[in-house]
Amino acid sequence: MLPTRGFLGRRLSPEDAARLPPGQYKEAGFPVLSAGPTPRVDLADWKFTLKIGPRPVKSWTWDQFNALPQTKVHRDIHCVTKWSKFDTNWAGITVEAILADAGLDAPPTPYVLAHSFDGYSTNVPYKDLTGEQAMVATTYEGYPLTGDHGGPARLLVPHLYFWKSAKWVNGLQFTDRDEPGFWELRGYHIYGDPWKEQRFTGD
Amino acid sequence: MTEPATSEVTQASARLVWQTGTVEQVVADTPTVKSFFIRVPAWHRFRAGQHVDVRLTAPDGYQAERSYSIGSAPEDDLVELVIEKLAEGEVSGFFHDVVQAGDTVELRGPIGGHFVWGPGDGGPILLVGGGSGVVPLMSILRHRMNVGPQVTAALIYSVRHFDEVIFRDELFRRVETDPNFRLWLTVTRETAGHSLARSGRVDGALVSAVLAAFGGAAPACTYVCGSNAFVDTASRLLLDMGVPFASIKTERYGGDPARDTAVPVAES
Repeated sequence: MLPTRGFLGRRLSPEDAARLPPGQYKEAGFPVLSAGPTPRVDLADWKFTLKIGPRPVKSWTWDQFNALPQTKVHRDIHCVTKWSKFDTNWAGITVEAILADAGLDAPPTPYVLAHSFDGYSTNVPYKDLTGEQAMVATTYEGYPLTGDHGGPARLLVPHLYFWKSAKWVNGLQFTDRDEPGFWELRGYHIYGDPWKEQRFTGD
Repeated sequence: MTEPATSEVTQASARLVWQTGTVEQVVADTPTVKSFFIRVPAWHRFRAGQHVDVRLTAPDGYQAERSYSIGSAPEDDLVELVIEKLAEGEVSGFFHDVVQAGDTVELRGPIGGHFVWGPGDGGPILLVGGGSGVVPLMSILRHRMNVGPQVTAALIYSVRHFDEVIFRDELFRRVETDPNFRLWLTVTRETAGHSLARSGRVDGALVSAVLAAFGGAAPACTYVCGSNAFVDTASRLLLDMGVPFASIKTERYGGDPARDTAVPVAES
C-alpha cells in the first residue's frame, strides 16, 4: 500500500506492538459499547441456564452460581471497533466448571450460543470455551462487574473479538450447528479471531 | 433488540475490501469538527446510520485504523465522514491537521447492521444525539428526507456549547422547511441564546415534551448516540418515559476521551 501523504503515526514499544493484533490500537480506558440500553438485572431475579438445544439441563440462581469454583485470569482484550486493552483481570466460573456442575463430562455438541438478558446472542465453538480460555465473569479488577460492562455476569472469551464476550449473559446453549448470533447476523465474522483480523463476514 | 427486524439482518455479504477514496472537500463544521467529503470508487450502497473503517499508512508500512460514522445520506454522491479532533488523537489529529482536498485515504465498509434506518422501519423516528453522536443521526435524517419525508421525526441534540452544534445551518433550515421534523436543541454549559435552543440537559421534561409532540404515538424507532454517560442517561430516561426497550438502538463512543473515538457498533 502506498503511504498516506503526511502520515507518520505513533509507535508503541516493540513489546506492546507484539501484543497488539493487526488494525488495533492500545487503549488506556475501558470503552463501553452495546447495541441497546443497559438492562436492569436484579440479582434476586438473576438466573443462568445451561441448555442442550431447546432442553434446559440445569439452572442456577445468583448464589448457587457463585458457589461454583472460582477462577481468576489476566488477559488482553480486543474490541472489533479497534481498541485493545492490556492487562485486564477477571474472576468468574469457567465453562468447564459449569458443565461439570450440570453433570456433563463432555460437550454434547461442538457449538455454543451464549444468550443474554437483553436478547443478545453470540456463537462460540466449544473448543474456544475450554480450560481458562473462557469464563462467565462476575468480577473485573477485583470488583463486582458493573452493569455497563455487562454485570452481574458476562461471558469472557478474550482470545476472540470482544463482541463474543456477551454482556448480561444468562445462559449457554449447545447447538448442533454453528448458529450465528446477533452481530454475526449483521455482517460480523462468524468466528472473530483478532490475530487473523476476522472482523467482518468474509474476512 | 430481542427480536431483530429481518430488515437489519444482512445476508452473507461479499468480503469488504479496502479501497482508495479521494477527499474532494474539507469543511470545518465547528472549531473541533470537520467534514471530509470523499469519493469512493467502488462504493456499494450503505444504509443510513452505518460507519466505515479508515486506514492510514506511514512510509515504513506502519498502519493505523479507526472507525468513523457516515453523515451523508446513501443517495449522496460523496461519502461525508465527520471527524472530531481529539486531544492526542493519532488519526483524528492527522485528519484535522494534514488532510486536504486531493488526498487519498483507504476505506472499508459500510459496516454496522443494527444502528440503521430505512423506510421499511417507519416512524415516528426519535433521534437522540450528544455532541458528535449526531453524525449517524444526520445520515438517518437526510435519508428520511429523500425517501420518506412524510415520516415524523424528532431530533434531541445535546451540546455543551452552542458553537459545537454540527450541521447547525442545515438543521435550522430543515426546521423551517420540513413540517414533519422537529428539533430539540439543548445546550448544557451556557445559556442557549437562540430561539431554536434551550438551556439544560436532556431531562424528563424535555423527553415528555418530545413524546407529546408525536401526538401520542410511541416512536417506532429510537436511536441514541453519544458518549457512554450520555447514552446511559438518555436511554434510561426514555425507558422511564415509556419508550419500549426493544425500540431503542444505541451507539456509544468507544475510547478514552483523550484518544480517537470510533463510533462503535459491536458489543464490548
